[in-house]
Amino acid sequence: MDSALTIILICSLVAVSGALLGPFLLLRRMSLMTDAISHSILFGIVIGFLLFNTLDSLPMILAASAIGILTVVLTEMLFKTGLVREDAAIGMVFPALFSIGVIIISRFLSNVHIDIDTALVGEVIWAPFDTIPFLGGEVARGLVITGAIALVNLAFVGVFYKELKLVTFDSALASSLGFWSGGLTFALMTLVSVTAVGAFDAVGAVLLVGFMIVPAAAAYLLTERLSVMIGLSLVIGVLGCVIGYYAALAIDTSISGMMVTVLGVIFALVLIFAPQRGLLAGMLRRRRQQWEFAARLLVIHVLNHEGQPNEGDELALATVNQHLNWSPAYAEQIVQRARQRGWLDVASGRLLALTPDGRQIARETLA
Amino acid sequence: MTASVDTTAAISVNDLTLAYREKPVLWDIDLAVPRGSLMAVVGPNGAGKSTLIKAILGLLKPASGTIRVYGKPYQEQRRLVAYVPQRGTVDWDFPTDALDVVLMGSYGRLGWVRRPTKSDRDAAMECLGKVGMASFADRQISQLSGGQQQRVFLARALLQNADIYLMDEPFVGVDATTEHAILTLMRELQSQGKTLVVVHHDLETVSEYFDSVAILNVQLIAAGPMNTTFTADNLRQAYGPRVASKIAFLKP
Repeated sequence: MDSALTIILICSLVAVSGALLGPFLLLRRMSLMTDAISHSILFGIVIGFLLFNTLDSLPMILAASAIGILTVVLTEMLFKTGLVREDAAIGMVFPALFSIGVIIISRFLSNVHIDIDTALVGEVIWAPFDTIPFLGGEVARGLVITGAIALVNLAFVGVFYKELKLVTFDSALASSLGFWSGGLTFALMTLVSVTAVGAFDAVGAVLLVGFMIVPAAAAYLLTERLSVMIGLSLVIGVLGCVIGYYAALAIDTSISGMMVTVLGVIFALVLIFAPQRGLLAGMLRRRRQQWEFAARLLVIHVLNHEGQPNEGDELALATVNQHLNWSPAYAEQIVQRARQRGWLDVASGRLLALTPDGRQIARETLA
Repeated sequence: MTASVDTTAAISVNDLTLAYREKPVLWDIDLAVPRGSLMAVVGPNGAGKSTLIKAILGLLKPASGTIRVYGKPYQEQRRLVAYVPQRGTVDWDFPTDALDVVLMGSYGRLGWVRRPTKSDRDAAMECLGKVGMASFADRQISQLSGGQQQRVFLARALLQNADIYLMDEPFVGVDATTEHAILTLMRELQSQGKTLVVVHHDLETVSEYFDSVAILNVQLIAAGPMNTTFTADNLRQAYGPRVASKIAFLKP
C-alpha cells in the first residue's frame, strides 16, 4: 500500500477512535482525565514490554491499558481523601506514573525502539515499513492495530449509544433506572486507555488528547444533537489528519504535531465562525439587540415629546442626538434603522414623527 | 418494625441511618408513606431531604436500616418508581432537545441496548403535551427557561408511567405558570391513585399543596397528615427557635 495513504489511514483511524469517545469525555468534563491516561500509558507500555517482550500483542495492549485504569482509580482515591482537589489529584497521579516510565526507558530500555521523543509525540513516518501478514497480504502493523481499536470503539458506541447518552446527561437517573453507570464509565475509560496504547506509536502521549478532545470541542459548537456532534467530530478529525499530513510534508515537520495543529486551527475557525454559538455570531447578535433596543428607545422618546412645546428641539433630526446623549453618527444610524423598520418618518421641518406601527411598538414596549 | 409489614405503605423506611464518611446525614429514620398520599418533605438546609430521596432510589448506600417499596427492595421495583431530580443536577448545555430528554423516561422499560421506537416517541410527545410543552419538543434544552426545563423533567417522569413519584424541589426557581402546571399534575396523579413524595422548601405553601408532610432535620421530627403534623411545635423543633418569622402564618 502507498505509504502516504498508510500514514493518513493510521492517523485517521486514531482520529476516528478519538471522535467516537471524545464527545462523551468532553460532555462529562473528563478531558483532562484523557490527557492523564494517555501520559500514564507510557508506564503501562514499559510494564507491558517488560512482561511480554513485545510492543503490540493483545496481552501487552491490555496490560498497558490497565495502567490507564489505574490512573483513574488512583486519582479518584486521592480525591476521595478530601485533602486534594480533583484537578490537583489528576496533576499528581499522571506525572508520577509518566516519570516512572521515563526513568525505566532511559535506564533499562535504551536499546529498544521506544525512546523519549517518540513517547511524547509519536513517529508515524516509519509505520508503512513495519508490516505483518494480514488476510493473505502484507499490511502495516499500525494499520491493523488502529483499525481494530476503531472497530471496537465503533461497536461500543453503536451498541451502547442510548446508555452512554443517559449516563452522560443524568447519571443519577441512569442508576435509578437500573443501568450500571459505574460499569459504563469503566468501559469508557478502558477504551480510552486501549486507544491510547494503540495510538502510542503514531501520536505519542501528549498529542492523543488533541485527537480525542479538539474535534469534539469543535463539533460541540456546531450542533445541538449528540449524534450529529459525534458525526462532525469524525469528519473534523479525519479532515485534520489529511490536511495535517500534507502540511507536514510541505514544511518537513512532525506529522502528528502538524495534524493536531491543523485540528487546533479548525477549532479556532469554528470558535469564531460557528453559525449560532460562535464568537462572531454572538457579537452580531448582541449588536442587533443593542440596535433594536436603541430604536425602541428612540420611538419612545418621540412618543413622549410629540406635540409638546419643545418638540422642535427634542425631535429635530439635527439635535435629537444631544437629548439622547448619542453621537451624531450613532443617532443617524438608529434613525435609519427605525425608518427601515417603518417605525419613523421624517416629517416637515425635519422633525421625527411616528408611523402607526412605531406608535404601537412604543406603547407595547412601555406596557 | 410494624411499618415493614404494613401492606398499605407505598414506601416504608425502617431504622435508616446514612452517613457521608462518618458524619450522619440521616439518623435512624422510620417513615411510612401511605399509598395515594401527596407528601411534602420539609426541613432546613442540610436536613437530609434529598439524601432521603436518593436513599429510597438506591443511589446512596445506607449505614443501617431497610427501605421497601410495596414491601420489596427498590431494586425489584424500579419500574414502579419515577424520579424528578433537582434541575441543577444536570448540564442543560448538553446537545439534545426537549423530546429526547423526555424519551429518557422510556429507557428503564427498554433496558439495555434496545432503542426507543416510534410509539415511545409518540408517548413522549403526549407527556410533553400534558405539561404544556408540546410546542417546545425540538427546542434545544439550554434555550428553555428554568420552569420549562422543570416541566421537561416532569414529562420524563410521566413517561415512566410509575406508581410512585419522587420529586426533589420541583418548585425551585420556576415561574407561576410552571408552578401551577406542576401542582395540577401532582393532583391529577394523586387522583389516579399514585403516591407522590416531594421535597419542598416553601413552608407557606406546604399545607395548601400537600395532604401530608414529613418534617426532617437529620432525624425525623414528625410525619403524618397535614393538620396534625404541620404544627408550630414540630417546625420549631426542626428549624430551631428562630423559625418564628417563617411560620407566622401558622396558628399557634
